[in-house]
This record gives sequence, C-alpha cells and structure tokens, in this order.
Amino acid sequence: MTSPAALLTVRDLRVEFAGARGRAATSAVRGVDLTVRRGETLGIVGESGSGKSVTALAVLGLLPGTAGISGSVELDGRELVGLPGRELARIRGSRIAMVFQDPLSAFTPVYRIGEQITEAVLVHQKVDKATARRRAAELLDLVGIPDPQRALDSFPHEFSGGMRQRAMIAMAVANEPDILLADEPTTALDVTIQAQVLDVLRTAQRETGAALVLVSHDLGVIAQMADRVAVMYAGRVVETAGVDELFAAPRHPYTLGLIGAVPRLDTRGGPLVPIPGNPPPPSKLPGGCPFAPRCPLAEDRCRTSEPELLGEDGHLAACVRSEELAERRPAPSEVYPVPEVPPSVLPPDRADREPVLRVSGLTRTFPVLKGAVFKRKVGEVYAVDGVELDIRRGETLGLVGESGSGKSTTLFEVLGLAKPEAGRIELLGQDTAGLDRAAAHRLRAQLQIVFQDPMASLDPRMPIGDVIAEPLRAQAAPKPEIDLRIPQLLRLVGLDPAHASRYPHEFSGGQRQRISIARALAVEPQLLVLDEPVSALDVSIQAGVLNLLQRLKAELGLAYLFVSHDLSVIRHLADRVSVMYLGRTVEQGSVEAVFNTPRHPYTQALLSAVPLPDPVAERARERVLLAGDPPSPTERRAGCRFRSRCAVYAALAPELRTRCEQDSPVLLDAAPDADHAAACHYPTVQRYPARRA
Amino acid sequence: MTGAGPTVTTADAVIENATPTAADAAPAGRGKLVLGRLLAARGAVAGTVIVLLLFLLAFVGPYLTHWRYTDIDYAALRQPPSATHWFGTGGLGQDVYAQTLRGLQKSLIIGLLVALLSTVVAGLVGACAGYFGGWTDRLLIFFVDLMLVFPSFLVITIISPRLKNTGWIAFVVLLAAFNWMITARVVRSMTISLKEREFVRAAQFMGVRPLRIILRHILPNAASYLIVDATIAVGSAVMSETALSYFGFGVKAPDVSLGTLIADGTDAAPTYPWMFYFAAGLLVLFVLAVNLIGDGLRDALDPTAESGRAPSRRAARLSRSTRTPKGSR
Repeated sequence: MTSPAALLTVRDLRVEFAGARGRAATSAVRGVDLTVRRGETLGIVGESGSGKSVTALAVLGLLPGTAGISGSVELDGRELVGLPGRELARIRGSRIAMVFQDPLSAFTPVYRIGEQITEAVLVHQKVDKATARRRAAELLDLVGIPDPQRALDSFPHEFSGGMRQRAMIAMAVANEPDILLADEPTTALDVTIQAQVLDVLRTAQRETGAALVLVSHDLGVIAQMADRVAVMYAGRVVETAGVDELFAAPRHPYTLGLIGAVPRLDTRGGPLVPIPGNPPPPSKLPGGCPFAPRCPLAEDRCRTSEPELLGEDGHLAACVRSEELAERRPAPSEVYPVPEVPPSVLPPDRADREPVLRVSGLTRTFPVLKGAVFKRKVGEVYAVDGVELDIRRGETLGLVGESGSGKSTTLFEVLGLAKPEAGRIELLGQDTAGLDRAAAHRLRAQLQIVFQDPMASLDPRMPIGDVIAEPLRAQAAPKPEIDLRIPQLLRLVGLDPAHASRYPHEFSGGQRQRISIARALAVEPQLLVLDEPVSALDVSIQAGVLNLLQRLKAELGLAYLFVSHDLSVIRHLADRVSVMYLGRTVEQGSVEAVFNTPRHPYTQALLSAVPLPDPVAERARERVLLAGDPPSPTERRAGCRFRSRCAVYAALAPELRTRCEQDSPVLLDAAPDADHAAACHYPTVQRYPARRA
Repeated sequence: MTGAGPTVTTADAVIENATPTAADAAPAGRGKLVLGRLLAARGAVAGTVIVLLLFLLAFVGPYLTHWRYTDIDYAALRQPPSATHWFGTGGLGQDVYAQTLRGLQKSLIIGLLVALLSTVVAGLVGACAGYFGGWTDRLLIFFVDLMLVFPSFLVITIISPRLKNTGWIAFVVLLAAFNWMITARVVRSMTISLKEREFVRAAQFMGVRPLRIILRHILPNAASYLIVDATIAVGSAVMSETALSYFGFGVKAPDVSLGTLIADGTDAAPTYPWMFYFAAGLLVLFVLAVNLIGDGLRDALDPTAESGRAPSRRAARLSRSTRTPKGSR
C-alpha cells in the first residue's frame, strides 16, 4: 500500500479511552490504515462517533493522557507514536499543522491575532521579531484578509467567524508544513463563508504544496475538495478510494447508504434513502462487522467476523460482498428499503387552497442599550425589516438565510401571536393584532413548533409520554383522550409506544427529533414551524426524519414553515422558498423557479456556494464567490442592503449604481403569472445548475 | 451521553400503521416513575425508615418509663446511665431519657416543617421572580432584600409577645419566614437561565400557562438545589431554635428541645457525656436520615443520575436483555 511518495503512513492505529469508574475501556479507533502522498488531499468522512477526529488528533499526538495509542504513524519514515513530547512539539506546527473546527476557541482571546501568528513563526524559525511580523502580514494577505497590517493588531473577537478561520489557516501554513490537518474546518460557518474558506484552503495548499487531510461529515465538501476519500464507521476505515471512483461505484453498503441519504441541490422530490438504526456506541460494538445490524445486505458470515479492508487499484472496502457491489453497481434505493411517500390529497392548484399563514412587511427592532445603571438607547438592531411570507394549506415554505438574516426572529414573531411592531401577520385568516388572550390560546393549537436541538427542546426531567401530552393538557383535553393519543402519536412518528415512560436522554438524536415532532402534532395543528429540524442530526438519521416529515405532510395535509440554512434540504422538501438577507425577503417563489432560475444575485451566490455530493458535477460548476461578510444590522442603510457584497452592483456603470444606493428594491414578480419574485433593481437570470457542457 | 442508556429499536424506514390497539395501557406519568425510582433507591428507603423509627421513639418512647421530662429526682444528680435512669440524669436530677425524647418530638416536627415551608416559599418566590421578570421580579426581590437586612431576632422579639399563646406553629412559621431568602435568590437566577432553554420556550408556544410551566418545568429542573438546601435547612432549623429560646420565645424551660439540650449539655460533654451525646447523636441520626431521603429524591427526579439507577442495576440489565430482542445490539 505504501507508494514511494507516501508522506504520512498510518498503520493499524488504535486509540482506547480508559473507562471511567472501573468501566471497560472504549476503543474510539480500531485499526486505521491511511496513506497521504505529497500534495494530495485526503478526505476522511464519517458520522459523529466514527472516530475521524480522534484519528486526526492521534496523528498529531494531541490526545489526552487517558487515551492509549498503539500502532504506527510514520511521517517521512519517522515514527511519531511514542515520540517524547518535546520532539513531537518540534514537528507539530512546522511539518504537520492543524486547523480546528471552532476558530473562536482556537485563538487565545487576550492576544492580538498578529502576536499569535508571529509566535507560530518564531517557535519554529530562527528569525527576528520584525521579520516574523512581516511574514505574518504576508500570510494574512495570502488568506485574503483585507488590510493585513491592521488585522495584525486586532483581537480575535473583532474578527467574524470566517475571518477567524482564515487567520487560523494562515497560522497553520506559517511554517510551510508538509501536511495540513483540517478537522471540520467549515462546519460552524455559513455556506457562503464556507465557500470562501474552502477556497482559501485550496490557495494555501497550492502555495505551500502541502498535503491536506480534510476531516468532514459533509459529503459535498469532501466531493469538492478531496482527491482520495476514506470513509470511517465505528472506528475503522470501511472504504477508501479515489474520489470519482468512490462516488460513482461505492463498494461498501455504508458508503452507498450515505450517498443515497444526502439530499441534493440538483435533484428533487421523492424519498431519501435512510440507513435504518443508529451507529453503535464505541463501548457496545456488536461482534462481527459493526455495520451488519444496519446493513440490508448482511449475511450470517457478517455477524461472526469483521471483514478486512481489501481490494485492488487503491479501491479498498471492508465488506465481504464488495466485489458483488463493484460488479452490480446498484443505486442506493435498490439496496436500501425506501419508504413510499403517499400522494397528497389536496387540490394541486395553489389558488384553490386556503391560506394558512400570511405575513407582510413584518418588522422587528431591538434596542441597543448602553450604561450599567441608567440604560439609554444608543441605537437599534433591525433584526427583521420587511419580511413577506405566504403559506397555503398542505404546502411547505422553505425559509433560507445565513445566520443573522433574521430567520429566527421572524419565527418568534409569528409564534408570539401578538401585534407586530409593523406589518401584518395573518394566521388562518385571523389578524394576530386583533386577538384577545382566549382567541390567541385557541389559535395556538393550530400552530406548533419543532426546534433545532432535540435535546434542548425536551425537558430532560420529563418522561416522553408527559412531554407529548403537554400541548394536549395545555388545550385542556380530557385525560382518557390524552392516554389514547400518546401511543397513537408515538406510532405515527415510528417509535415504540411502550417507551412512553422513558426519559429523553435514553433516546438517540433522531428519535428525540421524532418525539419533538410527535409533541407538535399532538393537537393536530395546521401549520408546523420547523426551525432547522435536521441540522443537528447525522446524514443517515436526517434522511429518516425528512422522509417522516414528507409522509406526515401528505397524510395529514400539514403546512410547514421550514427554516434551514441547508439549501439542499430545502430543495428536497419545500414547495416554495423564500430567501432572506439582513432581515429582508430578497427572493421568493416556487422551488423550481428560484432554484433553476434565481434572479437575485444573493440567491445565485448562495446556490453556487453549496457543494454537491458528486465530484464530477462539482468540478463542472461555475462558482460565484461572495466577498466579505454581511454588514452589521445596526445601521439601516438607504438603498439595497446587499450592494456591499453584490457582484452585479460592482459591475454596473456608475450612473446605474445610484439606483441601488438610493432606492430599496421591492419584491417584483418575474412575470405577471409566475410564482417568482425578486427584490433587485437589475435582476439577471442565471440558469442553475450552471454547467459547462 | 448518547448511546449510554438503553437504545431503542426503531425501524426508521418502516413505520407501522397509526391505529390504536387495545394493548395500549396509559403510560406511567412522571409522578409514578419518580415514586418507583425513589422506592428502588436503598438510601432513600433506609432514610425514611430511620425517620419513621425516630417518630416512633419520640412519641411512644416516653410511655416506656415512668419518668416525665418535668420530673426531678433529687436522689440522683448527674448520674450516669443506669437501670432507673436509662440515659442518666442531668444537673438538677432530670431524667435525660425523658428529656431527650421530649426534645426529639419538638425537633422532628420543627425541623421538617421549617425546611418544607421555607423551601416551598423560596422555590415559588424565586421562580416567579425569575420567570415573570420586570416589575414582579423587582418587587419580589426588593422584598427578599428587605427580609435579608431586617435583624430577624429583633423582629421576632417584637412580635413574640403577641404570639405567646399560638404555640409551636407560629414558631415554625417565624423560623421559616427568616430562612428562605437566600435560597429564593439562587432559585431566581437558576430560573432566569432555565427560562431561555428551548423546552420552556416550546411550552410557552404550546400555550401552557405560566404557573404550570413553573411547576412542571422550572421547579423540577431546579429540584437538585432545592432538595440539598432543604436537607441542610432541617439541621439548621433545629439549632436556630435554641437561639430563639434566649429571647424567651419558642421552647422554654422546663420544656426542652434537642437544640436546648445540646446547648445546655455542651459544657458538660467532657465530664458528663450522657447529658450531651444522646441528644447530639439523635440529631445527627435525624439529619443523616433526611440527607439520605434528599439524595434519593434528587436522584429519582434526575433521570440521568447514575446512582438513581444503581440499586436496580441488576433489574435494569435483566429487563434490557429481555426487552430489546433484535437489532439494536
């Protein structure tokens, strides 16, 4: 397996964590083999708990003392496992550098960015301070931070998330390492910022010629960046191959399932392919192949012994039936059971269905206060400033926007059922401004919410039977009815009614989200507000929840207000979509119209920033990179709010620009009858996905 | 934490029909579950048994001897325990056994009631202040601060003559009234952070009434602190009653309580240990038992508590191996 150009060779790496209070040790990594060649990008993909981060940390020797490491990690023929700390420290940062997931905690908050990068240079190079500082400025310039000299004197908190991650990359490449280890480098970032950071990583890799090891749960990011991919499951590599080969012809059923479970931006509708069950916790691995309990192709021999990672031409898979898979090349849906989504019973014509929620011109500001004792108002945050929503019975409206775009504030305004600061909210034909308390309480039964984090939204001290009964009790339902309804609801979302007396922490993430959904459905609402319902879940679990939502919608005629930052999920699930930027709706319309022919430059940039889980399609795409970060919402500017980052505005002739600077664009329909409107003075139509022939 | 508990088998892809069957019994609610866990906790059961035995001793014990706590045996001054005086006698010839049990009667009731009352008041006031915020918060916290700066003994001396004839109930109320403020402030700050949690928001959006949210969500999640605080309050209530006796209020001679017995016996402890150690030992036993109950209750309310499951671990393992037949492991 070792080729002459192998730079880093990991052989049979095992990491064990000592058990707490006399419990058995858990193995997080169980025999990983990896090879990284000079200048290539190796993607390590896996779900949470698969051991991918632990592997990366073990290579750097950064694991805590309780971890027992065995096996071999060779860098250029030099063994790293068991090397004394001082020797390792000399290698860390100079030959192998790390980019962490959370850029805020990776910088020391009390030192300036410049001092920290300079320090990284000084530790490994014999240069004076002034040279090191010059080098730091060069590095910041390399990663595209504007005005590097000034940025050197900034503190970490003055940088936005994207800027911090760039600075982190600058620090990592300071000593021109041979290997750059990036552990989920873009997971905490918005999609347009993610595109910027990935671009910077590519630049840094090109400039330094380093090999990049990219650890991610996101198949799209891996498809976009990697040359070779290793798929990890339950502490082992289950498949490794070149990126094209892996995505085109996976030889392990888990890889196949992962590819089928990801919603894609370029296809739509239909059920996703969920992988049944949950990943096994490292302390309780089944005998035999760890994937066997979830695998539709499992045979008796899978349960007795764990298959080796075998194969030829650099395509290896740890499955006894990998050759069969290589020959047959089945689609994910041919291997995994795919649930049927029953057809909707509602009239297909939108105009025939009654409106459920109508929001127009919604505004919400928060005062900015200063002073400890006597608070005085020094300004206002325009969290929401002109939001339009329109949902009819049985349809899903996807609300898209980056963090800080006012999505959550919009939701809470709608859920508050009170008179908005400005604008109008109409729920089931009733204006919320004119509701008295009793009417508002009755209307609450029609409107329920599912939160993002299923752990936080379930009371940890309440058995789930009581959790689900809560909205019914709030609506004063009689007790016999409640007792009858709880098992019904649990079954409806695919849980066992016998588990009603268990507590939330006994369930996995996907099951908890199902409990949240069951609770929301208890009072038979007409509108379900879903606030990022799947973004805390792993891909294989997420597919099951999305399928459930689709089925419930068709069966019960529910309307969804689906908030997400993940455009692929929106594309998959929504009928209509509404795009927000800085508290304003900038584009809305049917999913086909908005995703295929986006008119607003922001929507275009967003769509192009989403990586596709398909390396061939990914390479064929044209990219619109958005510059900079969203401006602060504390100032209300005249004119279009997007113009500071707008490519269309930048390309305009000066006399045409004045319109963008002075008039705030209103939502205008693309065509008289089309369900598609954009708030741009100079809408350009771009066919999407833009592909070169 | 994920995966630590028993994992539940679900067929994510296959979802059965949502029709109710006759086999669906009403699921056990939180009350039943907590009670079950409490009964399964060995410590809590032992604590309850000890407290019950103490009550038995306090109220039945005096009938076993012909000495009353007011009787004075001039023939036996400062005598060590013997067949006539089981716990020995005091400086005036009082029977220590009769006195200790008389004291135990008072102290059991005072300790438990004061702790219960002050914890309930602290929990409600603190949670309301934190949950409602605004003016409710300001007024309640102003009141709490006012109570804190009042010299409590001064207030008690002033109002005690009026309450002379109301007996120990007034005494309990007074002790509780000056014992809840700091707890209330802590509960308030806990509530403020709990209020921002999503499950409270979810309940609000479901239209659950504020007081119900406080009772069903806020207080159970602040329960660990409240319970620990209450168990400490039991011991301190017994001791603070002695201080009040100074003012001629509360327990007055010849009547006794564990507090006054311990206070009087402290000086004699090295030379006449029986005058001190029987009362002190019973108080320690009482507080220990209450602590055991408190720990058990805390673990019963907290489903993630390791020790809450510990006594029934064998049972849990058994049921787990029978209940999850396929798939998950």
